[in-house]
Amino acid sequence: MLVIGGGIHGLSTAFHLARRGVAVTVLEADYCGRHASGVNAGGVRTLGRHIEEIPLALSSRALWHELKHTVGDDGGFVPSGQLKLAENPAELEQCRQRVQQLQTLGFEHEVLIDQQAVFEIIPTVARHVVGGIWVKDDGYAVPYKTVTAFRLAAEKLGVRVHESAPAQRIEQSGSLWKVTTPGGVFSAEHLVVTAGAWARELAAQVGEAVPAHPEGLMLMVTHRVAPFCAPVLGATGRSLSFKQFANGTVVIGGKLIGSLDFPARHGEVDMTRLGTSARTVTDLFPHLKHLGVNRVWAGVEAFTADDLPVIGPSRKASNLSYSFGFCGSGFQMGPGTGKRLAQQILGEHSEISLDAFAVDRFDAASPAPTPVFQPATTIPHH
Amino acid sequence: MSLLSVDVAVIGAGAAGMSASVALAGLGLQVVLLDEQGSPGGQIYRGITLAPLSRRDMLGPDYAHGHTLAQALAASTVRYEKGAAVWQVTREHKVTYLRDGRLQTVQARAVLLATGAMERPFPIPGWTLPGVMSAGAAQILLKSSGLAPAEPVVLAGCGPLLYLLGWQYLRAGVQIKALVDTTRPEDYWRARRHLFAALRAWPYLRKGLDLMRSLRSAGIAHYTGAEQLAVEGSEAASALTFSVGGKAQRVATRCVLLHQGVVPNIQFSQSLRARHHWDENQLCFSPVSDAWGQLDVPGIYVAGDGAGIGGAQAAALQGKLAALGIASRLGRLSDAERERQAAPLRTGLEANLRIRPFLDAVYQAKEENRIPADEVMVCRCEEVSAGELRKFVALGCAGPNQAKAFGRCGMGPCQGRMCGLTVTEVIAKARGVSAGEVGYYRIRPPIKPITLGELAGE
Amino acid sequence: MRTDPLFKPVASEVSSTRTVALTFNDQPLSVPAGSSVAAALLMSGISRLRATPVSESPRAPYCMMGVCFECLVEIDGVPNRQSCLIEVREGMRIRSQEGARDLIFQPVNVQTLEVPS
Repeated sequence: MLVIGGGIHGLSTAFHLARRGVAVTVLEADYCGRHASGVNAGGVRTLGRHIEEIPLALSSRALWHELKHTVGDDGGFVPSGQLKLAENPAELEQCRQRVQQLQTLGFEHEVLIDQQAVFEIIPTVARHVVGGIWVKDDGYAVPYKTVTAFRLAAEKLGVRVHESAPAQRIEQSGSLWKVTTPGGVFSAEHLVVTAGAWARELAAQVGEAVPAHPEGLMLMVTHRVAPFCAPVLGATGRSLSFKQFANGTVVIGGKLIGSLDFPARHGEVDMTRLGTSARTVTDLFPHLKHLGVNRVWAGVEAFTADDLPVIGPSRKASNLSYSFGFCGSGFQMGPGTGKRLAQQILGEHSEISLDAFAVDRFDAASPAPTPVFQPATTIPHH
Repeated sequence: MSLLSVDVAVIGAGAAGMSASVALAGLGLQVVLLDEQGSPGGQIYRGITLAPLSRRDMLGPDYAHGHTLAQALAASTVRYEKGAAVWQVTREHKVTYLRDGRLQTVQARAVLLATGAMERPFPIPGWTLPGVMSAGAAQILLKSSGLAPAEPVVLAGCGPLLYLLGWQYLRAGVQIKALVDTTRPEDYWRARRHLFAALRAWPYLRKGLDLMRSLRSAGIAHYTGAEQLAVEGSEAASALTFSVGGKAQRVATRCVLLHQGVVPNIQFSQSLRARHHWDENQLCFSPVSDAWGQLDVPGIYVAGDGAGIGGAQAAALQGKLAALGIASRLGRLSDAERERQAAPLRTGLEANLRIRPFLDAVYQAKEENRIPADEVMVCRCEEVSAGELRKFVALGCAGPNQAKAFGRCGMGPCQGRMCGLTVTEVIAKARGVSAGEVGYYRIRPPIKPITLGELAGE
Repeated sequence: MRTDPLFKPVASEVSSTRTVALTFNDQPLSVPAGSSVAAALLMSGISRLRATPVSESPRAPYCMMGVCFECLVEIDGVPNRQSCLIEVREGMRIRSQEGARDLIFQPVNVQTLEVPS
């Protein structure tokens, strides 16, 4: 099999396929983990997920907790818990409704907590916070370390990884898929496209129009600061993703869209958006006012029209599978989605449905999934 | 946040930035000149407007020359903003900076990067110890505060700046314990093919020879061809050890000043994603520019040492050339007039640069001082050693950007300034490919640090 | 910790008529007006400005031009200031940064902030 895209989804899929005895080659345009997979904020979050994503996200989380055992490296995963803050009573009410809705559906992982419980978890947060939603088994990991762990584990199982090998053309000829790269043509029976922001163009080559577009998501990282916040934080009423790594640096994001130079594969920083983000942080942690921002960057990622990824077989061509368009929330999903996709490709049974992620769901003929509670601005991204 | 609109934003008030700004203003353009220091001059003319006459005299005529430039700047219509730390320049010519803790933005029609040079890293054992500084740092202390080492000092490495500092110290009555020169006699032999060109630049060559002669006649211990440099000490430097011709040497001192040449400061041109090339002679990356200093990013220009090392006089001429290019781009100058005014500048520049190939060849930094042994600290901020870097390479780390992810190399406060070239060369050597192929760190804003509070506009 | 100064004014320097008073780790110092904080400390016998957050190894100014970030100190409560780029001012309170244990953190000021609009 051939996998296009050496990000977490491509490498996880390759790893799980190889574990099942399949010979896999991965083609990566730049180097593995160069874009969204390697430069995201590292959140391992089931909190606030779209209802359709929850079963897959929960199965993935189970894999995160045993990553060291399966791939031989924990990817820097810390089960710190994730907390979404409510900054006023109206937001707390929103949180309450969300938790209640999940409970009705049988999901117990999100728990509503009050102000006192928030202060116990993060004693340093500003006192206007009134409560929030807590997920204790979520956490964070180190993105590039995780991608590298999957690459090394996959290579150990015989997966061949070709870096600096961008797929320019894909075509099916007879029973074989042929992928043209500047360095030569690769062929295989089955093709998996996990090319993130670049997957849409490849899908278009087989006549599959996917309403996805690329964006540059911004993040900033600070100088080191003494430990003050163990869990990963999000906010209900504004865009925030916030975490302190073990080395003391703080990574701040939250679906901050920068500007994008797509042909150059580059996301650029838009400073006006960063000001708002910095203010959110200093509102919540006034003592960080003098903390220096060391670096700001942007990763390139694909967003779909309905904020859900595309996972599963092509409807236009045989022996072609997709896994992309995670809308800035795909890092946590990597381990589980790779496994689930490998199972699907090999015809293994799984309880987890991928129907909501079908590539043809956007077609006029098929009805769009009913929108559920998931205010996009409040979901901390990875 | 205030927004200012100008024709041209110039970054850096050194030789190139000052001369370009004055020239641009003379052509009727509205110019803002942003500089991080409290007074103009850059590093070469550091503190030139503030230095007392006695200090200017001690530093020599080359330094005093900066005064003319600074006076021209003061007499011009250029809006000079001191204490301005620029933290982002965009491809759309927007410049954002911090001044007195406040964010300011300039929207310009063209930007000139005149950010000069910085000293090449000198990674040897013990180079992080207190008491070890770059020769350039010591010279800045001399220029800006009239300070020099209180006890006999050891100068180590190679290159014109090191010898100039020695000469200035002699004039100031500062005791030099030893000059530990990494240059070998055969380096002069190796550079012989450039000697003819260098002889045509006789005034420069003679100046250098005079410096060397006065150092020798002062009776200073001068070791040549020094290898295996290392600084001894646990909490601070106590000695410099090295070998000459296989014989171990040790010079006790509390103050070691290191230097092995300067390299372009490319933080801005890199952050703008301009094309850079690896200069095989100067062993560094330089931005690729046209005859007027314009990068492959339209409207962004570079002049001075930031475009490739040429020295202060060349920088001033390049600044003027860039000014002509910018003025023509902005419709202030016809092509014919631009060419007419450029011709004498180009002649002057050519004469000025004649000495360079010779200097680059003689004083090329030694490989052992660029690609150090495993135990030597490469990234001073995150404390990543050359050995750790080589381990990353074994795990598939192909370039500096992966090195950041593998072990935080280059991720500290200096953002790779102090380790970038070393990391490139260590990885290139370990992989057996060229430094140009390995490339450099992707540089991202903020180029200068900014706090969350400042960013939030508090 | 003060030792014999590593740097001193050269013989031809006219001693500065204006000085400013500041403190380094609560120790009072009198230094020439107009110098950078780093220069002022070096001539006052302070040649080690901080310990690194990674291994707590001692560091001092290396480049004096804003490139190396080795001269970071806390000034008037604000950490990580580049002392080679900042001019001394009367009454400045300067502190060394002693590795990880000295990273900024003030226990939260328990206050009810306005809910941001």
